[in-house]
Amino acid sequence: MTALLDIRGLVVEFDTPEGVVKAVNGLDVRIDEGETLAIVGESGAGKTQLMLAVMGLLAENGKAHGEALYRGRDLMQMSPHELNGVRGSQIAMIFQDPMTSLNPYLTIEQQMVEVVMHHQGLKREEARAHAIEMLRAVRIPDPEERIRQYPHEYSGGMRQRVMIAMGLLCEPELLIADEPSTALDVTVQAQITELVRELRERTSMAIVLITHDLAAVAELSGRVIVMYAGEIVEAGSAEDIFYRPQHPYTRGLLASVPRLDKASDDELHAIPGNPPNLQDLPTGCHFRDRCSEAMDKCRRPPPLWLSDSGRMSRCFLPMEGGRLQAGQILPPEPEREPADTAGPAEGEDE
Amino acid sequence: MSKPVLRVQDLAVSFRSYTGGLLSRQEREIRAVDGISFELFAGETLGVVGESGSGKSTLARAILGLVKPNRGRVMWLGENLTALDDEAMRQRRKELQIVFQDPVASLNPRMTAGDIIAEPLWTFYPNMDRVQVDERTRGMMKMVGLLPNQINRYPHEFSGGQCQRIGIARSLVLNPRLIICDEPVSSLDVSIQAQIINLLQDLQAKLGLALIFVAHDLSVVRHISDRVLVMYMGQAMEVSEKTRLYRRPLHPYTNALIKSVPVPDPRLAAVARRESWLTGDMPSPFDRPRGCIFHDRCPFRIRRCEADVPALRRMESGDWVACHRAEELDLTVR
Repeated sequence: MTALLDIRGLVVEFDTPEGVVKAVNGLDVRIDEGETLAIVGESGAGKTQLMLAVMGLLAENGKAHGEALYRGRDLMQMSPHELNGVRGSQIAMIFQDPMTSLNPYLTIEQQMVEVVMHHQGLKREEARAHAIEMLRAVRIPDPEERIRQYPHEYSGGMRQRVMIAMGLLCEPELLIADEPSTALDVTVQAQITELVRELRERTSMAIVLITHDLAAVAELSGRVIVMYAGEIVEAGSAEDIFYRPQHPYTRGLLASVPRLDKASDDELHAIPGNPPNLQDLPTGCHFRDRCSEAMDKCRRPPPLWLSDSGRMSRCFLPMEGGRLQAGQILPPEPEREPADTAGPAEGEDE
Repeated sequence: MSKPVLRVQDLAVSFRSYTGGLLSRQEREIRAVDGISFELFAGETLGVVGESGSGKSTLARAILGLVKPNRGRVMWLGENLTALDDEAMRQRRKELQIVFQDPVASLNPRMTAGDIIAEPLWTFYPNMDRVQVDERTRGMMKMVGLLPNQINRYPHEFSGGQCQRIGIARSLVLNPRLIICDEPVSSLDVSIQAQIINLLQDLQAKLGLALIFVAHDLSVVRHISDRVLVMYMGQAMEVSEKTRLYRRPLHPYTNALIKSVPVPDPRLAAVARRESWLTGDMPSPFDRPRGCIFHDRCPFRIRRCEADVPALRRMESGDWVACHRAEELDLTVR
């Protein structure tokens, strides 16, 4: 497999009135051609900021550094003009709320045709035909008629399908979908998921799904990255994550979802505490104040376990079938507290 | 369980909508809630589910008199709330409380947690002594899992889950007998959702509350409810005991909803592709289908469904359904 997008050591920071907040903390992610990758996490995990940073779409108070090699070219070093050439044509991104991503003053036709003319240099008539074809592909009924309508004339599910159609217009190699069905009813969610599955079978597009919804991850399968407080805590195939979760956070997350197929009236398993406050993270393992298995040594940065199959877990608990990342050693049992907690975190990946 | 505490009878709420210009102005009616009836017993939880636009939130508000119904009755302990004047209704609100969806937006950012929780006490018992109010407020905070020493903090200093705990404490401070929760966990993270659901269940058992739990998430509703009311375009499609409803729904719409719920399990998800035969979108509220309101999206429709409105009727099991074909259809969930 060739890497389509190779993100290395990505850091995203925001300037806030309360000081600098680190939303993504030195992340490495590789996305291969044609693969499906799900990035799972709750609020504050950094999953959205990670991709926004790569696409050059951070808010004004945000700064990012690191590398994001797209077919060998670093997106982070590109001028806005170069980046515009990549966005929309090779990489497309769709967002959670279709109503705020569509321009309410323009018809769907105006919004779609312009994109195709700009990126593919087609004439207006050709571009229009292509747009209609895309709307048909996402199963908008009467696309010839409906392309002339405004976003408000579409229902929520239809708008999200239009967003997907727009994302697909230039046949991108990589589609980044940020919570594409979260705002929709389950009945419509089911339709959108089916649509994405179908598209994946028909095209060789790579898909990055950003979500908090484990069920959505299970449905698209593929590889999964679990994030917590700006870091990857666990990674593996969907099978690994769902049937052999290693990290206590992943296990807790899976257990806290009420399931229709395993309905019980027992108390739900809840992860205690609150979502991570990025301004006030615990030192060492950021999850330790909520972790049911926290130990004394968790005050130090946890080691990274890796396996040949590409699994990964960041925890003092050993990973099934894993070995420690080269150069890392487990601290000997009971030991004095590290004097400087900020220092070791930086050298961790060296 | 003896007599129901709440009996909703043929409740209907309409909104008016205007289209056209100054001269061609037309008034149109949106029937948000269209003849809903159900009973609720002390200590019982009724789940209310349906897609967005099905009228579940409007129903919740109409029961509390926050929107005015244009038909029907809300019988609370034998008294018709819709016939009460404002002051009398205000007094009843001690017994009927609501918890809202967005915990952060529904709290006044300029008030401390303690003031938010105590406000109903000041309103209803203006002569209550300060020490007593303070004691009660701290007691409430402890009960919902907040630290009493956080009493002087402001909402922005709390996380979403903690704000929802503040909202719940406020709703409990007057010792109500019924709490209506309108999507109380849908804006919270998964790991926090479970905390709040467990809290609501604990409190209900401890205080003997009747609960109406409005939500779009069928798994959450399955977990917390005793019975479930399924709404579609303002009407009740089915009111059934929870276990029965999820095992063998009586109404094709309930069946469609259940089959649309994703399973967080890759192997199961790969075999049991979610059935997407619930085609199309909900019809426009201005263009309501004749006959059964669900017929144009129903895979089991027969000619009769296009003409006759099915009444909500009681089955032998004690469950209620509005479908002509309820007896002959077997919608058992595998």
